[in-house]
Amino acid sequence: MDITSLKGWEMKERLMKGEISSSEILNAHLDVIDKREKDLNAFITLDRDGALEAAKKVDEKLQKGESLGVLAGLPVGIKDNILTKNLRTTCGSRMLENFNPPYDATVVKKIREADGVILGKTNMDEFAMGGSTETSYYGNTRNPRDLSRVPGGSSGGSAAAVAGFEAPLALGSDTGGSVRQPASFCGIVGMKPTYGMVSRYGVVPMSNSLDQIGVFGRDVKDAHMMLASVSGYDPLDATSSKKADRDISIEGLDSLKDLRVALPEQYRNLRVTGDEKIQERFKETVKLFQDAGAIIDYVSLPSLEYSLETYYIIMSSEVSTNLSRFDGVRFGYRTENYETLDELYTNSRTEAFGEETKRRIMLGTYSLSAGYQTENYKKALRVRTLIKQDYENAFKDHDVILSLTAPMLPFEIDSMINSPVDMYKADLYTVPVNLAGLCAISVPMGDVDGLPVGLQITGPRFGDSTILKAGLGYERLVR
Amino acid sequence: MAIKTLIGLEIHVELSTDKKMFCNCRNQYGADANTLVCPVCLGLPGALPVVDKQAVEYALRAGLAFDCQIADVIRMDRKNYFYPDLTKGYQISQSDNPLCSGGYLEIEPEAGPKRISLDRIHIEEDTGKQLHTEDGTSLLDFNRSGVPLVEIVSNPDMNSSEEAKLFLEKLRNTLKYIGISDVRMEEGSLRCDVNINVVDQEKGTRTSITEVKNLNSFRSAVKAIEYEEARHIRLLDEGESNVKETRRWDEVAGETVIMRRKYTADDYRFANEADITPIPVDREWVEEIRKSLPELPHAKKMRFMEDYSLSDYDAGVLTQSQDLAHFFEETLDHVKDAKLLGNWMMGDVLRRLKDEDKDFDQMPISSRDLADLINLVKEDKINNNTGKKVLREMFETGKAPGDIVKEKGLIQISDQGELEKIVIETLDSNPQSIEDFKNGKDRAIGFLVGQIMKATKGKANPQLVNKLLMEKIKER
Repeated sequence: MDITSLKGWEMKERLMKGEISSSEILNAHLDVIDKREKDLNAFITLDRDGALEAAKKVDEKLQKGESLGVLAGLPVGIKDNILTKNLRTTCGSRMLENFNPPYDATVVKKIREADGVILGKTNMDEFAMGGSTETSYYGNTRNPRDLSRVPGGSSGGSAAAVAGFEAPLALGSDTGGSVRQPASFCGIVGMKPTYGMVSRYGVVPMSNSLDQIGVFGRDVKDAHMMLASVSGYDPLDATSSKKADRDISIEGLDSLKDLRVALPEQYRNLRVTGDEKIQERFKETVKLFQDAGAIIDYVSLPSLEYSLETYYIIMSSEVSTNLSRFDGVRFGYRTENYETLDELYTNSRTEAFGEETKRRIMLGTYSLSAGYQTENYKKALRVRTLIKQDYENAFKDHDVILSLTAPMLPFEIDSMINSPVDMYKADLYTVPVNLAGLCAISVPMGDVDGLPVGLQITGPRFGDSTILKAGLGYERLVR
Repeated sequence: MAIKTLIGLEIHVELSTDKKMFCNCRNQYGADANTLVCPVCLGLPGALPVVDKQAVEYALRAGLAFDCQIADVIRMDRKNYFYPDLTKGYQISQSDNPLCSGGYLEIEPEAGPKRISLDRIHIEEDTGKQLHTEDGTSLLDFNRSGVPLVEIVSNPDMNSSEEAKLFLEKLRNTLKYIGISDVRMEEGSLRCDVNINVVDQEKGTRTSITEVKNLNSFRSAVKAIEYEEARHIRLLDEGESNVKETRRWDEVAGETVIMRRKYTADDYRFANEADITPIPVDREWVEEIRKSLPELPHAKKMRFMEDYSLSDYDAGVLTQSQDLAHFFEETLDHVKDAKLLGNWMMGDVLRRLKDEDKDFDQMPISSRDLADLINLVKEDKINNNTGKKVLREMFETGKAPGDIVKEKGLIQISDQGELEKIVIETLDSNPQSIEDFKNGKDRAIGFLVGQIMKATKGKANPQLVNKLLMEKIKER
């Protein structure tokens, strides 16, 4: 039996029955890593020793008959913008090449408390900026389904690790689609929970009003298990919500019957080059929902047309301020080439930030500048309010919204890196969800031309269990 | 004169809360460098701010004490700039939506009471401190990083250094009264910047505003204002259209020195602090805070004038600080004579402290001991001059007045027989004085009293001495 081919929850079942040990689970994955990692480059930093020790601890607990947490013995990949105490956290940037955090992010603490086994830190676009994991300072990650293609991004390392059987579970972060789009590209499940569901304490912010920790698994049940272990109110994060402590169990209710499904009018006639077959697949999926008893309805969300512009202004504005602390003074990269304070700042940042990061800092600095901020930043904030309202209206009499996750198939490495605007357009379906603080899950919808595509199920704020159940229902339908 | 000076003040006040504004680090002055720090106030990646309720409460106290309007919702913003003592590349502050807006302070210059209106009071975090060593390296101490501040911004309603000084004193007293800050300029818990310019009201010309920084005491603020006032009037005379400037006060040289010219407004690229979701301000809580405010300086002064029949001036002095006013009332409980106590406080106690350059919180004598002393005088156990001597002794040794009197045998001699004997002896040995007195030289009496006091080491009851002396001298 190949342990790594099991779902996370299956591994755990066998572990609890005593059929396999935590160390066996870990070693099976380390074997895969040894074979595939040179091709995939899913990890920036592996923590074999830490993982072996954690697995040993789980086995000891098992032997002593002690109770075990939700993630008992399961290897987990952690996106490298989530702080791990004394384990290097780079954010995919040269800036933090030697940064060993003095503290654990709340989610990491929770994984340890749930007896998860942290394998290492996964590759990502620099500071989570990108949709292909090509902007990483540590080399790009390849898509396990086709090594000539990107895994998506920015959480491409996490998605590739799970899709490539290097880990059953992983954490990512999703600011405009950075969990859902790589899940779609790699053919796995990726979920961005409601803003406020999962603590951001210890997550290096990219755009802090949009960032949310997301989870990867190879099926909905795994994604749910991962979410259940990391979600919850955190007094250290003022944006986390007490509603995050609500029950999100998915037991029992996974039928699609009478599920009230909305399809945004604004996506109806949308055409992005070469996506006809993907649109066709989406239509078939909607038909499947309908046949299973779901009630399908078109709704109009007029403000959606402005979501990309709104997103790129707000995101870049926040990026420009969030990345200010990387100035070479207290931690991170410091240039050797300076005499004045200004040179210390400028040269450290010039040498350690990549192109895309600089581009977004510049865009955001411009959007926030006096004389431009009314036309850009403040206007974008107002449009964001409209987007929220449009969704609120849609969710008054609908349970979920269906759409594609990404309008395209995973593209070839290096094919898009010089067309940032085309790359930004790929975020069309995912960014409105972040702007409105909603939850959404990407579930595999089979292959098109031999490459995976994802279905995005979006729910209202704190409708996390609703979309998980819908995802589960769909998954059973196509299994 | 048609030239008018316009002065506005910006005052940063560190709040004396238990914790820092956004983390659980202790808020304390003077600890070893970088011992009161955590990921949040060090601005480490991933660390997030959570607003401390006590900081908001303290800021609300200030807002309510100065009659400001209180916002419905607390919104925080990021003020973006790079500086080594700023850990995150931005300061968490408030831009468009200050917690408190409007409000005023009343000052009482010679010309009569005047209201100085406030623009706003907002909350923000303090930065760390840079220390420059002799070898040219710079060190950073982040103990102060994240300490809560209120920034109090006045409108340019003050027209002289006198008014600015009164404003600062009133502000400091009130902040002390409401217990939200140590307000010590030397420790940086109160920092003041001055905005100043002058207008020629006849010609309608005006100079551009200068901002003066680095004012380490109220005295330097006054001197800087006077220096700038003169400089601005000169600029106006010369017709120079000066640019906005930021200047630094040089205490040693006694002048302001240019730091930078501001051709364009500073661009801090304010953005929402999305890490802190807007916090509604509970109106009931605000009312509770309003009710919990102590009696404020002005109200207290009025009450002192009315209840204790003190003069405007005396009541003003005695209510300068809450400690002083409290001491006065505590002592009064035992003395029961406000006028007498007022005289002792104003004349002897406060003068002594002033001579020693001490604040009232360094007062070494307890209210009980002072009351005992005054009662000894009131009950004629010791005379007034002895009382003053005992007070000096109390200041120096901290001993109780009763003990001092006993040790030194200072109890007043009021025994008629004993005094009579001394009076007769004195008259016997000073026949010339008797002669002088009879020739109409009243001064002779003073000399005789002095001799009697000398003989009794100052302990004789002066009223009784006078009475006996007059009786006995007539008999001669």
